[in-house]
Amino acid sequence: MTGKIAIIGDGDSIMVFRAAGVATFPAENEGKAREVLRKVAKDYQIIFLTEELAKPLGEFLKRFDEEPYPVILSIPSQNGSTGHGTELLKDAMDRALGVDILFNN
Amino acid sequence: MARLNVNPTRMELKKLQARLTTAVRGHKLLKDKSDEMVRRFTLIIKENKRLRDAVEAELSETLRQFSVARSVTPAYRAETAFAMPSVAVKADCGVKSVMGVEVPQIELAGEEDEGGLPYAYPEITSEADYSVTRAAALLPKMIALAETEKTVRMLAEEIERNKRRVNALEYVMIPQLEETIKYIKSKLDENERAAVIRLMKVKNKADV
Repeated sequence: MTGKIAIIGDGDSIMVFRAAGVATFPAENEGKAREVLRKVAKDYQIIFLTEELAKPLGEFLKRFDEEPYPVILSIPSQNGSTGHGTELLKDAMDRALGVDILFNN
Repeated sequence: MARLNVNPTRMELKKLQARLTTAVRGHKLLKDKSDEMVRRFTLIIKENKRLRDAVEAELSETLRQFSVARSVTPAYRAETAFAMPSVAVKADCGVKSVMGVEVPQIELAGEEDEGGLPYAYPEITSEADYSVTRAAALLPKMIALAETEKTVRMLAEEIERNKRRVNALEYVMIPQLEETIKYIKSKLDENERAAVIRLMKVKNKADV
C-alpha cells in the first residue's frame, strides 16, 4: 500500500516541508487542527503534527491508536521542543511497565 | 471470594474442573505472552527514545535555520516561492505483527532525489536551500520515529489489556472456580456420608 505524508502546523514551521515534498495543512489553533486532522486522517497515512497543536489534542489523538494507520507523530515546531514527545513516551512506559527505565538517571 | 451459584452435583463438578484446567493453562500462556511483550517493549522504547532525541534536536535546528533564512526575504516572496510543492514524497505502508499486535511498517518509497528544489533560485537565499535539503534528508528518520512511536503506543495498550486479563484470571476466575469446586466436593462427601449412615441405620433396624 502506498501511503501519503502530511504535516499540520502553523504556517512557518511547515513551509520548509512543502519544499521537501510533504503535503502541508496550515492550522493556527486547536479547533482548526482538529477539523483539519479529521479530514486529513482519511487520506493520509502518516501525519506530522506540531507539538503546540498535539498537546491540547491529546485525548483526540488517542483515538487513532487503535489501528495501525494513520500514524500521527508530534514534532517540535520552530520554537523548539516543549518536551511533549518525551512526555508521551513516558506515559506509554508508565502504562505498560509501571517503572521508569529511560529517565531514571 | 464468592463462589459461583451452581447446584452441587457431580456433573457441575466435572464441568467446573474442566473450566479450571483451561483457566490455569490460559493464565500461564497469557503470563508468558505478557513477559515477552514487556521484553520487546523495553527494546522498542529504548530505540524510540534514541530516535526521538535525534529527530527533535535536528528538526528544531533545521526549522530555526529555515525561519532565519526566510526572514531575509519578504514574506510574500517566500510565500510565492514555496507555493508550488515539489513531487510528493510517497511511503510504502505495510503492517507487521509484534506479538499479535498489528503495527505499521513504513518505508520511504523511491526517493527521486535529484537535488532539485521546487523554486527558482533567485527568489530565496541559499540558506533556505540548505534547510530544505536538510529537512528532506530528515524525513526518513522522522518516518522511522513515527513507526516506532506508534508501535510503542499500540504495544503499551496491548500490554495493559493483557495484564488486566492475567489479573482477572489469577485473582477472580481461578479462586472462584477453586472455591466452588471445594464446596461441591464437600457437599457430595456429606451426601455420601449421610447415605452410608442411613444404610447402617436401616441395617440395624432390619437386624433387630
